[in-house]
Amino acid sequence: MITKRLARWFDDRLGASTFARSALNKVFPDHWSFMLGEIAMYCFVILVLTGTYLAFFFSTGTPEVVYHGSYLPLRGVHMSEAYASVVKISFDVRAGLVMRQTHHWAANVFVAAIVVHLCRIFFTGAFRRPREINWTIGVTMLLLGIFNGFSGYSMPDDLLSGTGLRIAYSVALSIPFAGTWLAFLAFGGEFPSDQIVHRLFILHVFIVPALLAALIGAHLALIWHQKHTQFPGKGRTETNVVGSRLYPTYAMKSIGLFAAIAAVLGGMGGLFQINPIWLYGPFQPSSVLSPAQPDWYLGWLEGALRVFPNWEFRAGGFAVPNPFFPAVLLPGVTFGLLYAWPFLEARLTGDRLAHNLLDRPSDHPVRTAFGAMALAFYALLLFAGSNDLIARLAKVSVGAVTWTFRILVVTVPFVVFFVVHRLMRGAQRAGPVRFLEIPLAAFVRGNREKLSGVAGEKALQEPEPEPPVTEELERAPGDRFERPG
Amino acid sequence: MDGRAPRAGPGDPVDRDEPVSQAGRRSQRERRGRPGAVNASFVLSAAASAGLTVLYALGGQPQLEGALILVALGAMAVGLILWERRFLPQGPYVQAREPLPSTPLERKAFAEDFEVGAEAIGRRTFIARLFGLALGALGVAAILPIRSLGPSPGRSLFVTEWRRGSRVVKANNQPVKVADLNVGSVVTVFPEGHPGSADSQTVLIRVDPSRFTPVPGREDWSPAGNVAYSKVCTHAGCPVGLYEQQTGRLFCPCHQSVFDAMDGAKPLSGPATRPLPQLALEVDPEGFLRARHDFTEPVGPGFWNEGHVS
Repeated sequence: MITKRLARWFDDRLGASTFARSALNKVFPDHWSFMLGEIAMYCFVILVLTGTYLAFFFSTGTPEVVYHGSYLPLRGVHMSEAYASVVKISFDVRAGLVMRQTHHWAANVFVAAIVVHLCRIFFTGAFRRPREINWTIGVTMLLLGIFNGFSGYSMPDDLLSGTGLRIAYSVALSIPFAGTWLAFLAFGGEFPSDQIVHRLFILHVFIVPALLAALIGAHLALIWHQKHTQFPGKGRTETNVVGSRLYPTYAMKSIGLFAAIAAVLGGMGGLFQINPIWLYGPFQPSSVLSPAQPDWYLGWLEGALRVFPNWEFRAGGFAVPNPFFPAVLLPGVTFGLLYAWPFLEARLTGDRLAHNLLDRPSDHPVRTAFGAMALAFYALLLFAGSNDLIARLAKVSVGAVTWTFRILVVTVPFVVFFVVHRLMRGAQRAGPVRFLEIPLAAFVRGNREKLSGVAGEKALQEPEPEPPVTEELERAPGDRFERPG
Repeated sequence: MDGRAPRAGPGDPVDRDEPVSQAGRRSQRERRGRPGAVNASFVLSAAASAGLTVLYALGGQPQLEGALILVALGAMAVGLILWERRFLPQGPYVQAREPLPSTPLERKAFAEDFEVGAEAIGRRTFIARLFGLALGALGVAAILPIRSLGPSPGRSLFVTEWRRGSRVVKANNQPVKVADLNVGSVVTVFPEGHPGSADSQTVLIRVDPSRFTPVPGREDWSPAGNVAYSKVCTHAGCPVGLYEQQTGRLFCPCHQSVFDAMDGAKPLSGPATRPLPQLALEVDPEGFLRARHDFTEPVGPGFWNEGHVS
């Protein structure tokens, strides 16, 4: 009764019933991989909730204080107000440590979910027309997510974060012509300035989350308007959507997912230590931690800084310093390519049609192989970011590990490209096979000959048949889609 | 099979989608099953949340809090998913996708309406230009305050706090005498009055003169084997924090650049390209180490005009 009256009250004023009804009945395709973006979104919700809590206790002050809290090893140590406030959150604010660690874990999972979601979009061709706009929004959110991760773990003013800021400052300095000005404007003067923690706070807490929230809204609005893609399968066509309705099934599934993510992140926040700043100590410009690694999503840049050879460009008293190439140029090219990919691919393949049905990775061997190549490249850089740890574990010199990575980084991606391309071609010839059957089909000579026989050649040469529009669904399309026909 | 076609052509209203009856699947009625597990999940979740409340009141304990959050929200998630799987309509439902592009007629109508307005504006070119001028001027005025964010780099990257005659002090402000360090030992030093200074931090090493090769022209910079190099790595600015006595090498822990302290701190391996700048030292009559002058080149990582020292 009350809901009815409430609905009438709103409809009298907004006339929203028609829209609301179509919203309730909106159909969303079901596939586990369509949940990856939702994982990122729910991480963002948890980040906002835990972050708001933390912001009540965090201080951005840089004046030096002497610690008198309950963590004994730091008693009497001089530190910035900011660092002291984070130690206080960790030891003297009830539930503070769980909130802090949940926040940090959520940040790591947030970026990870975005990256995996991006891979899903990439390898299934979901970025193609008409969804190029949403791809660029997504790439922007990845960029903002990485930045906010860095700005977040740089705020506590501990020794590890100070080292990261020092490197960021040096990277900014390395930019030709504008570098010195950019670094001084960003940091408020020569490193270490007393401004940076406060500035990071403003960016981390107000500006970037607001941008992210706006972009998430736009991302969802576009999905809503353009409707979600779906894998091909019986009864699924370019002109329909097959799945569950938003209300009640999809909504409850989604809320269940939110609860599951919150459970995992909250559990990790309580059970698994992350960023124990009280062990690192307060930042001092002349001290450094060893080994020191950034959070995972910056590991590729750290690795690039470590393995890029000692090259730089100098002429007539001017220089393009070494960090510019691995830490400015490489991310510039990386994100440039990410932004450009949908348009690049359309130009290269000539495929400018609208697509609502997703590709299988084997439908586009070159795209898939290129994506795998890129993943191999960045994964190797990520591991290269721990060259000192690897050297220690393997009991070899750091130099040997660095040289190994230099060679791997420029060779393995090409091998990966070749192998994946081969696999995908094999899978293409074999037609609808189970994933595990692909490698054999591609590499066993006998199989390949059989595959490249009449049926295989035919499959290669003939354009893909349009999925027939079936009058009836014989059975529910499962998670593992099958080729029609 | 009820024979109703799920096919929905473009342009069909949204609400024409229909659930599809399914062979080979349990019917909705069969799916209903027993709600026991769902009930149990929510009871467990509520119990864990009650536990959290009690735990907070008792003072909190991070690991227990984590475990209880895991149970409270995890059981809730299980309950919701089971509820959805067992008791909510599963479809699949089929809905039409309306074509996204507008019809050519609509496009044309839009273009015409837009043109009408654009022409009306375009007729007054001079006004439009003046508006452009006003906008541009506002833009310049609005962008300038960015300048307040930081001082001009000026010469600050070329100089440190070291001055002619600065006494060499440790982090605790204690001056260092020429014979304070044993051969092979190392200490981080600063110019007197600036302990902890980021750009003036210097690593002072007492080297065995027989192993040490001074850079030509710097033979008198290292009295009694006291050699001083900038501690700021020339790669990315980390403190070059590790010294290996046997080899006489300085290591940067951030990106593993290695410098040869016995030979002008030249880079041996890793990404660094420039040697660590050396600080010229001398001994005053009381035996204290003093700087002869500031570093003769910029310390720390490179920047575009680093070669223009003067």
